[in-house]
Amino acid sequence: MPVVMDAERMGRSLARIAHEILERNRGIEELAFVGIRTRGVPLAKRLAHTIGEMQKADVPTGALDITLYRDDLMRHAVGAQPLVRRTEIPFSIDDKRILLVDDVLYTGRTIRAALDALIEFGRPKAIQLVVLVDRGHRELPIKADYVGKNLPTSLSQSVHVHLVETDGRDEVEIKDS
Amino acid sequence: MKKDLLGIGDLTRDEIYLVLDTAEAMREIGQREIKKVPTLRGKTVVNLFYEPSTRTRTSFEIAEKRLSADTLSVPVSASSVLKGETLADTALNIEAMAPDMIVLRHASSGAGHLLSRICRSRIINAGDGMHEHPTQALLDAFTIREHKQRIEGLKVAIVGDLAHSRVLRSNILSLTALGADVWACGPSTLVPPGLDRFGVHVTTSIDEAVADADVIMMLRIQQERMDGAFVPSLREYFNTFGMTSARVAHAKPDVIIMHPGPMNRGVEIASDVADGPYSVILEQVANGVAVRMAVLYLLAGGVEAD
Repeated sequence: MPVVMDAERMGRSLARIAHEILERNRGIEELAFVGIRTRGVPLAKRLAHTIGEMQKADVPTGALDITLYRDDLMRHAVGAQPLVRRTEIPFSIDDKRILLVDDVLYTGRTIRAALDALIEFGRPKAIQLVVLVDRGHRELPIKADYVGKNLPTSLSQSVHVHLVETDGRDEVEIKDS
Repeated sequence: MKKDLLGIGDLTRDEIYLVLDTAEAMREIGQREIKKVPTLRGKTVVNLFYEPSTRTRTSFEIAEKRLSADTLSVPVSASSVLKGETLADTALNIEAMAPDMIVLRHASSGAGHLLSRICRSRIINAGDGMHEHPTQALLDAFTIREHKQRIEGLKVAIVGDLAHSRVLRSNILSLTALGADVWACGPSTLVPPGLDRFGVHVTTSIDEAVADADVIMMLRIQQERMDGAFVPSLREYFNTFGMTSARVAHAKPDVIIMHPGPMNRGVEIASDVADGPYSVILEQVANGVAVRMAVLYLLAGGVEAD
């Protein structure tokens, strides 16, 4: 299975995204990161850390679990419920510019659920979407503001993001099923 | 998960942990400004309570509402039950209106099993007679784990009316499944024969039960079940089995004191213990909502084939 992004490339992509975020938002006063569980969380922490180092300041970072907002939750008659994990947003999102972070952007349904969940926590000034990989095949009108890599895929393929924090290595693979 | 939650016996050890872990996530929802998620939108839950209950019914109702279920509680005292309708007929009539879940509290042991056989709806047992009260045991396990970070290997002393307590039965099943060292203590008139077969130590000595305990769980002396002469007097009961500061002093220094409520102050527990620094009684109530949200969520999914 081909590796489409190695550790070095991933590091460069995240560094570029960090610069783009700073450029577009002209500073960090109102910025806060929210990572979507599972792999959006370490990515959000890395970006917050990079930007924090550059600006010598802490950027608030939270974790969002979207399971309870999924649109397919109660539609399957068989099988166990998906695991719910903790949402941890230890700051007010009111009037913040929220950078919502996920590893792969695909149908857009996860982001739809995440937007619904976030809005219940307050009224941010803006929400911008950061993804490591955009693999296409959107089913909802959702577009990322910052993309690590655009990756054309077919529907039969699957994209696997591995991160040091969760999987022991930084790598993006594409698999044919 | 099975279709219904009738007792702790319906859950494997892994499923008990799944409920506890899910409850951790659910608890965070209760700390938000908007305490609601859309998960059970369009699901109907009927709370059918044949016994008086404040805590459990309120807890289920709040849990249901936080998950956006449509929920209603049938006040049995003002219902056709008074006109002589049987439980089965009442259940079938409610069932005809197509609810998704029924939460049942009933004075007869096994009432939930009866509904389980005749209803398509998911049944959650909220206490059936002297049989089981599974969500209470789950919230107790959740509260213990929160304080001790584990359940395995803890000494848990359960003190009180062992004969009539569904809370005891459910807790014995869950705590032994999770590896706790469970001690059951009460007057010999209130120790059911064969209790030791459930893998617990049975004693009539409160000092033995409480010594070095990590957790002390008090059971209510159920005065409404006291038509037999089980104890000479409530005052004597307090002197022999009541939890006092002097007795708590023999437990571990970081012991927690639990009670499923409603408490009889001055009968099974002294007021200064109930309100004291070791008491987690109100935390149990708070955790009950999160645990019941977890149970409702997990049962709303598909049924695994047996």
